[in-house]
Amino acid sequence: MKITLQVWRQDGPQDPGGLHGYQLDEVSEDMSFLEMLDVLNEDLILKGEEPVAFDSDCREGICGMCGLMINGQAHGPEVTTTCQLHMRTFKDGDTITVEPWRADAFPVLKDLVVDRSAFDRIIAAGGFVSVNTGAAPDAHAVPVPKDDADKAFASAACIGCGACVAACPNASGMLFMGAKVTHLGLLPQGQPERDARVVKMVSQHDHEGFGGCTNIGECAGACPKEIPLDVISTLNKDLRTAMRHGR
Amino acid sequence: MTDTLSPETLENAGIAHGLYRDGEAIADTKAPKVEVQDRWRTRQFEAALVNPANRRKLTVIVVGSGLAGGAASATLGEAGYNVKTFCYQDSPRRAHSIAAQGGINAAKNYKEDGDSVYRLFYDTVKGGDFRSRESNVYRLAEVSASIIDQCVAQGVPFAREYGGLLDNRSFGGVQVSRTFYARGQTGQQLLIGAYQALERQVAAGSVEMHTRHEMLELVVVDGRARGVIVRDMVTGEVETHLADAVVLASGGYGNVFYLSTNAMGCNVTATWRAHRKGAYFSNPCYTQIHPTCIPVSGEHQSKLTLMSESLRNDGRIWVPKNREDCDKDPREIKEEDRDYYLERIYPAFGNLVPRDIASRQAKNVCDEGRGVGPVVGDFRRGVYLDFAEVIGRQGQAWVAEKYGNLFDMYQRITGENPYEVPMRIYPAVHYTMGGLWVDYDLQSSIPGLFVAGEANFSDHGANRLGASALMQGLADGYFVLPNTIRDYLSHGPYPTVTETHDDVVAAKTSVDDRLRTLLSINGERTVDSFHKELGHVMWEYCGMERSETGLLKAIDLIRGLKDEFWRNVRVLGAADTLNQSLEKAGRVADLIELGELMCIDALHRRESCGGHFREESQTEEGEALRDDVNFAYVAAWEFGGDDGAPVLHKEDLVFDYVHLKQRSYK
Ligand SMILES: Cc1cc2nc3c(=O)[nH]c(=O)nc-3n(C[C@H](O)[C@H](O)[C@H](O)COP(=O)(O)OP(=O)(O)OC[C@H]3O[C@@H](n4cnc5c(N)ncnc54)[C@H](O)[C@@H]3O)c2cc1C
Ligand code: SF4
Ligand code: FES
Repeated sequence: MKITLQVWRQDGPQDPGGLHGYQLDEVSEDMSFLEMLDVLNEDLILKGEEPVAFDSDCREGICGMCGLMINGQAHGPEVTTTCQLHMRTFKDGDTITVEPWRADAFPVLKDLVVDRSAFDRIIAAGGFVSVNTGAAPDAHAVPVPKDDADKAFASAACIGCGACVAACPNASGMLFMGAKVTHLGLLPQGQPERDARVVKMVSQHDHEGFGGCTNIGECAGACPKEIPLDVISTLNKDLRTAMRHGR
Repeated sequence: MTDTLSPETLENAGIAHGLYRDGEAIADTKAPKVEVQDRWRTRQFEAALVNPANRRKLTVIVVGSGLAGGAASATLGEAGYNVKTFCYQDSPRRAHSIAAQGGINAAKNYKEDGDSVYRLFYDTVKGGDFRSRESNVYRLAEVSASIIDQCVAQGVPFAREYGGLLDNRSFGGVQVSRTFYARGQTGQQLLIGAYQALERQVAAGSVEMHTRHEMLELVVVDGRARGVIVRDMVTGEVETHLADAVVLASGGYGNVFYLSTNAMGCNVTATWRAHRKGAYFSNPCYTQIHPTCIPVSGEHQSKLTLMSESLRNDGRIWVPKNREDCDKDPREIKEEDRDYYLERIYPAFGNLVPRDIASRQAKNVCDEGRGVGPVVGDFRRGVYLDFAEVIGRQGQAWVAEKYGNLFDMYQRITGENPYEVPMRIYPAVHYTMGGLWVDYDLQSSIPGLFVAGEANFSDHGANRLGASALMQGLADGYFVLPNTIRDYLSHGPYPTVTETHDDVVAAKTSVDDRLRTLLSINGERTVDSFHKELGHVMWEYCGMERSETGLLKAIDLIRGLKDEFWRNVRVLGAADTLNQSLEKAGRVADLIELGELMCIDALHRRESCGGHFREESQTEEGEALRDDVNFAYVAAWEFGGDDGAPVLHKEDLVFDYVHLKQRSYK
């Protein structure tokens, strides 16, 4: 296939950046989107131009490292991670625009690479169960209903990619945060810190410059792990309860 | 060729070629000389304590934030040490441990099916084809149960039964149900647990996390590991970090093969740099090949994806009997023209033979020209994994319920519908059992340098059983290191080292020089093209099947490649900015050097062992033949200098509890 790319190039955080056009003549349908960018980069290097910087690691949809805006959609036209998007989704002759995640809380570092460390700081604020190593009771001491364990698992499946933030017109991180609050809130081990957790995480979220949720739902639509919108309701409910408890 | 080899033949294999030198024997002196069941408890008791008030004054550097490094950092932070942790990704949550699918073993015996610490120990030593240490493996089995307790307490959502208790499954040919799992994402859930524990310590101020920082050199002062030189991958700044002890938990080096199931960033740099500074590298040639991966589709491919091994429970593996049929639609090939080769050769185990055997037979039929799928290189590299029979017997819905997510994943990657056309699979490099040599305390041959997880040569011997790498990473990080490092630290304080110390300055200068050199070569080939070529050589000659002539050829090719790399690589851009080609270039340069050592190690080990089949050592029926008389040892390689041959130190393996026995699956 022949593909025309419009790729966002930006030298560093201070550089204004802009779109640059590239032409690829031999794209195979079996390539993943990132492998297509690899091919572009090999061409660029041989021509003496600096390759396009983008993040990826596992390339199997689980580490959450990859993430691009493709034709204005987070991760691209299919609901999957960018590394699992294949070129057979596109047609011969297509022009594709590739940009980095856009959000104040995710500053661009170079080209398509953004800084998502705000997510780590939200987790550090309270997204854990406080238990020191070696202090744990036998795993069977506290049974967990299968239903709860399954639901907790579904929320825990979030890979921290940031597509929800990129897709949201308010650049809100509520889906990401709601997934964690729901995961730990469903388990008996997560109860003692439940109130404190949500208050601290939300306050860190706001402090990082993420926007508020206005229930548009773009986040859940773009999430490659299909985290449902109702984790945000759980988050809000937990927040109200914590307020009531005067935390 | 079924006899064990005479010493003269062995001589010819490497020393005669000047490829290596013999060094003194070594031994692990830290495991207490008591019964295997009592060793860990004794060692913990004997290891000296560090007063809590003094811990704050001690700094430990941890390179890596996967299961091993993340768990170690969190636990050392809790204990009150000052911890500095580094990883090359943008977040510690993305370490490659995240990709593990199947599960984690633990001797909980929750099923009352006869499991015990002793049985897990026994299975693991045997599964490793008798090339691991009894002491270490016993300890691994012993602490396994606490790992599950710890992870559950952290909120890891393991699969549960309706009664609310944890569910188990059996995995990888084991006869008891001891594998704990969280759907197909066990590694992810365990890593998130360790990551959350780590972030808790970050908030508490005991762990300082440095993401997007790559370790490029080890600092050794007066024979002790005292720090690391890292590059800030965003600003390009080369920084010095000093400490009282250093832990490397930087993962495996499967990417030496270019195509593997590993993440793109996996590399050998941290351990290789330490090796060059004096840490012995053990059993580098031990690679695990996984039989059920999605095959290569073309030259552009950057990685291989694992399909869960559980598929072999219901899928039947076959290739056409006749080469002429290889490009036909498989559904049109008549039953009598199909060769269900595993069922034919191993009637007792059939499609469920162990990983190494399934892998090797797949390679054999493809080498014979009976492979299927696209031609890659000069032949077809794929075999069918066919579900038609089970779909006929149980219905599509049953299969979808059990394997639906895997079928979807396969379809997404290949564009083919596996409910209609058989899947194609091929073996791929998956895990490396070799790594830095460590003693029972997980200390390398450099005092103060500890190594954990896949980065050490560890507990898996020549072959790793499924669900045991996660167990080892967490055992090392949560339970072993925190106990053994304190013994080392309690023998301090070690003299204060500053950034102006000659050895520190020299380490930093060497990093600066190397970066500058890489940028100045400005040759004609990309870093990736070197990496691909290296991978090709490694797979062909040091992959599943090895021979003396092949390995000698590979060593020549790799030396040529190394020479060309330093003359002809093209790395654009600058050092003081985010520069991904520069990062890759440094890693590939180290992988090339490692590749040579892997071939030398494979050459000298003239026996078939684990996933490593040596053409010169097979039974009359063509099965792998281990040689315990000559090779029941760990090969620990000492760096011989840039122009010198590496030095081979042997650590004899002693089996007092599990008796040496040849494997048989016929
Ligand atoms: C697809 C797949 C499936 C698997 N399934 C299973 C399974 O079901 N069960 C099982 O037991 N095992 C499984 N394994 C194996 C297991 O996942 C790994 O062996 C294990 O997770 C390794 O953990 P680790 O902590 O040693 O290293 P990793 O998780 O690889 O972590 C390495 C860390 O080191 C850092 N690092 C590396 N180099 C540097 C450097 N130079 N500077 C700074 N930081 C550096 C990285 O950033 C990372 O944080 C699987 C492996 C793969 C690839
Ligand atoms: S909620 Fe979904 S989109 Fe958001 S970070 Fe998690 S996986 Fe990515
Ligand atoms: S590279 Fe890991 S999710 Fe895409």
